[in-house]
Amino acid sequence: MEALLYLITTVIYILIIVIPLMLCVAYLTYAERKIIGYMQVRIGPNRVNLWSALPVLGNLRGLGQPIADAVKLMFKEIVIPSNSNRFLFVIAPMLVMAPALAAWAVVPFAEGWVLSNINAALLYILAMTSIGVYGVIIAGWASNSKYAFLGSLRSAAQIVSYEIAMGFALVGVLMAAGSLNLSDIVAAQKGSFLHWFWLPLLPLFIVYFISGVAETNRAPFDVAEGESEIVAGFHVEYSGMLFAVFFLAEYANMILISALATIMFLGGWLSPFQGIPYIEDLFSWVPGFFWFVAKVSVFLFFFLWIRATFPRYRYDQIMRLGWKVFIPITLVWIVVLGLLILMKLPPWFA
Amino acid sequence: MKNAIANYIKTLFLWELIKGLRLTGRYLFDRKITVQYPDEKTPQSHRFRGRHALRRYPNGEERCIACKLCEAVCPALAITIEAAPREDGTRRTTRYDIDLTKCIFCGFCEESCPVDSIVETRIFEYHGEQRGDLLMTKAKLLAAGDELEQQLAGDRALDASYR
Repeated sequence: MEALLYLITTVIYILIIVIPLMLCVAYLTYAERKIIGYMQVRIGPNRVNLWSALPVLGNLRGLGQPIADAVKLMFKEIVIPSNSNRFLFVIAPMLVMAPALAAWAVVPFAEGWVLSNINAALLYILAMTSIGVYGVIIAGWASNSKYAFLGSLRSAAQIVSYEIAMGFALVGVLMAAGSLNLSDIVAAQKGSFLHWFWLPLLPLFIVYFISGVAETNRAPFDVAEGESEIVAGFHVEYSGMLFAVFFLAEYANMILISALATIMFLGGWLSPFQGIPYIEDLFSWVPGFFWFVAKVSVFLFFFLWIRATFPRYRYDQIMRLGWKVFIPITLVWIVVLGLLILMKLPPWFA
Repeated sequence: MKNAIANYIKTLFLWELIKGLRLTGRYLFDRKITVQYPDEKTPQSHRFRGRHALRRYPNGEERCIACKLCEAVCPALAITIEAAPREDGTRRTTRYDIDLTKCIFCGFCEESCPVDSIVETRIFEYHGEQRGDLLMTKAKLLAAGDELEQQLAGDRALDASYR
C-alpha cells in the first residue's frame, strides 16, 4: 500500500514537472521564431491567435502558433522507409527524448523543489546528457539513408569531443562546491551574486555553455543537421510525430543545459540581490523559483541570440575548438582552481 | 609579435563574436520592415508585368493584327496564334492562347507588339482550380483588356516618354 502511494505521488510529481516543461518547449519554439525574426528585421509568426477576443493582448499575436504546429505534426503521416529497420527507426526518437526528460529528475527548481535529491546528481546528469546521442546514432543508422548516417556520425564525433570539455567543467564545479548534489552546489553559492561560481569558474562557465550549445546540436554547431550540406542530417527520413519528438527533445535539452548552467554557475534559485542591503529586503518576497526561471530564460535567450548571429562551424573547426582550445583551457583552470582552493581564497573558498 | 599577442587576446576573449552579437542585438530593437501582405501591399511600378490582356482601340476595334511577332519572340513558347481573314477582309486572329503555366512574364510579347495590343497588366494575384483555368483564351484576354483599359492606357502614357 505504502509502495503504491509512493508510486502514485511520484508519477504526479513527474507530471507536474513534465507537463509545464513540454509547454515551455512549445513556447520556446515560438520564442525562437520571434526573436530570430526580430533580429532579422522581420516580425515572425503573428497570424495564429489565441486570445483575439482580448484586445489587451492584441499585439501579442501568433501565440497560437506552437499549438497549431503541434496539431499539424500529430495529423501528418509517419513515413517509414521500406529499407529501414522498423523497430530501431521508431524507437530512436524515444531514445533521444527519454534522457532529455529523465535528467530533470535531479534538477532543483527552488529550495527543496526536487524530484529526487540524490547525491550523485552531477554524475547522473552527465550520464543522461550523453545517452541522448545513442538515439541520434540509431536514428541515422536505422533510416538506411546516407545523409542520415553522415549526420549521425558527425553528431557522435562532436558529442564525444565536447563531452570531455563539459565533463572537465563539471569537475571544476565539483571541486568548488565539494558536492555532487545539485541542491548542495546551489547552497555553496550563497552570499551574493559575487559568491556565485561564475566568477572563480569563468573560463569553465564559458566552456560549459559553449559545449552545451554543441551538445544540443544547436547552431553554430548544428553540423549533425546541416541543412545546406546533408539536408536535415539524422532526421531526414522522419516525419509527423516521430520528427516532432526529435524536435521536442532538442528544445528540452536546450532548457536542460540552461537550467544546469544556472544551477552550477549562477546560483540556481538564489536571488541576485542577496547580500545587498535594503534591496535584498525589497525583493525577499520573490520566490526562488522565479529567479531560477529568470536565469534559465537568460541562457535560452543566448541560445537563440547565438543561433541568429553565427554561421555554422566547419567540421574541422568544431574539432579544433573542442580538442585544442576547450580541453586545454579546462585542464589549466582545474589546476588554477585547485591552487585557489588551497589558498582558501575568499569569498568562495574561505 | 605584438600583433600576434593582441590577436591571441582578442581570440581568447571572443572579441569578434561579441561584436557579432552586438550587431544582431541592435537589430533586435530595430524597426521591422515586414509588409504584412494580404493586409498591406507594396507599391507597384507602372511597368509591372503580371497577367496578360489584349487591348482594343477606342472605337472598339481589336488592336491585334495577327502578325505573330509575340508568338515568335516568346522564349517559353507559351503563345499559340491562328489567323484568318475576317469578313471585311482584314487579317485577324481566330485563336490567341497564352498558357500561363508556361509563361515566364518576361514581357517580350508586349515589347514586340507593333500595335500595343498584347500587354501585361498589374494583376499578379490569380489562381486556377482546374486544368485549363490558367490557359488564357482570346475571349478572356480581351475581357481583361476591356476591364482594365483605363489603367493600361494610363500606364503606357506614363512610360511613353522613356521609349
